[in-house]
Amino acid sequence: MSATERAEGAAKTESSGPASRRGPIRWLPARLRAARMETRLARTLVLDVPGWSGHAPGQHVDVRLTAEDGYTAQRSYSVASPSAQDQVELTVQRVQGGEVSTYLTEIMLPGDQLEIRGPLGGWFQWTARIRGPVLLVGGGSGVVPLMAMLRERVRSDSSSPFRLIYSARTPDHIIYTSELHQMGQTHPDIQISRLYTRSGLPDDTREPGRLRIEDLPPPGNEITEGPSRVYVCGPTGFVEHAARLLVDRGYRSSDIRTERFGS
Amino acid sequence: MSVISRGFGGRGDNDDARIPPGQHETYDFPVLSAGPTPAVSREEWGLDVTDLDGAVTRWGWPDLMRAPSEEFTVDIHCVTTWSKLDTSWRGVRVRDVLGDLATEAEYALVRCYGGYTTNLPIGDLVDRDAWIAYEYEGDDLESAHGGPARLLVPHLYLWKSAKWINGIELHLDDEPGFWETLGYHEYGDPWLEQRYVGD
Amino acid sequence: MHEDNDHRVDGNAAAGILREVFASDVTTARVVCGHCTAGTSVAETKTYLAGPGSILRCPGCDAILARITKIRDTVWLDLSGSASWQIHTG
Repeated sequence: MSATERAEGAAKTESSGPASRRGPIRWLPARLRAARMETRLARTLVLDVPGWSGHAPGQHVDVRLTAEDGYTAQRSYSVASPSAQDQVELTVQRVQGGEVSTYLTEIMLPGDQLEIRGPLGGWFQWTARIRGPVLLVGGGSGVVPLMAMLRERVRSDSSSPFRLIYSARTPDHIIYTSELHQMGQTHPDIQISRLYTRSGLPDDTREPGRLRIEDLPPPGNEITEGPSRVYVCGPTGFVEHAARLLVDRGYRSSDIRTERFGS
Repeated sequence: MSVISRGFGGRGDNDDARIPPGQHETYDFPVLSAGPTPAVSREEWGLDVTDLDGAVTRWGWPDLMRAPSEEFTVDIHCVTTWSKLDTSWRGVRVRDVLGDLATEAEYALVRCYGGYTTNLPIGDLVDRDAWIAYEYEGDDLESAHGGPARLLVPHLYLWKSAKWINGIELHLDDEPGFWETLGYHEYGDPWLEQRYVGD
Repeated sequence: MHEDNDHRVDGNAAAGILREVFASDVTTARVVCGHCTAGTSVAETKTYLAGPGSILRCPGCDAILARITKIRDTVWLDLSGSASWQIHTG
């Protein structure tokens, strides 16, 4: 993986744009404008954030909740929406026993407030300036930052072919299901593949199970299509499994960018 | 001026006299780690006690099993603000492990598989309740919670109760450990809320 | 040592605390391990956040590259396990 690669020289960065903003980072108040359930467990929060000056797809924010008694709790969540002024969309999947995710998915109502800081992370991001085919590999709610990239691809003038491999437990666990379907239908350069680890649809030809090497497309022809970029996001175990398979499939570890959110 | 999230529970539960200030009760057993969980079998396990002269006495698992053990039920308090009441354990008192070695020493630096360290006054190990614990709630202590054996010093914040213990060094001077060198309190009394240096 | 994934994430998750200290994002910075000399991006470090502080470890050899705590309004930073950090200031 790129993690252990020993290449010399400075790290590659996409350093212009919102990620390179300098100076102290501040907590900004955010107010819930609207919310929608994406699955039984996942909810998208549309937040008004006065002073938010945009982000790059793939970046995340820290969210802080403060209770009446002063108790605070903080977690990181990927931004689901493409860059916008004064507004951020997060998709949060409820974690068993998770005090923050339970609040965000079940308790928070329009008008309620929290604080966010960001955008954070310049490593795991894609912008339309990056040329060449893009492979997105997401496990569970790891699809969220990948969705931000897909949405940016759709609304930008990029012609990079995108392929999403989305692993979820069952079809009921697929977040953004109709939007993904529509993207695949209306954009010939965007291909969406869903695969299921527990149980799939009756007419699936693929046996349910964790990601396998044959689920992954081979790397493209670099001379004709440009270098491939791969983004992998999900639980730590999923990401490391996927990254190993990608290297076995022939992808260069230096082209693979990963983001893990624990198990 | 902080923003309050309406409906975010906060804590409650703090009226129990057994919960120190700034803590809240938890019912599960959170796992906090600073690195990979060491996989150490009981056969491999050893505890090196290093006296003031640098002489090492090694305790293997059979030695620990031959020492007098006891069952005990204590409340534990983590500096990350959770407390867990009535946890039951089995272990050997540290004073029975140190024996006469501790008489001249003032401080202990505890070492662990995986490299973690923490420091305590020797009196807290031999004059107060402190154990090398190897069973939790009637079962072998899981590696996630510090098995095969961990230190348990319930009257101090839990970062002092080092998981995966493999050494106790006796010293005349206090030598700060893993978190103590990074702003956490050298002693860590939860009832005095000694979380950070200077508290 | 066995590979358990519980509670480990990667350096992307430390972006917030690091951004409190550094003037720009350092998850893209390259850090060289003081123990095994392998280089990695900060984003790809093995990161443990579920404790009193944040610990960044070398993905190759597990040695500690950085320890970070927030003590009231002060961040304590120990980089002694790393040989160098290359931070792009572009």
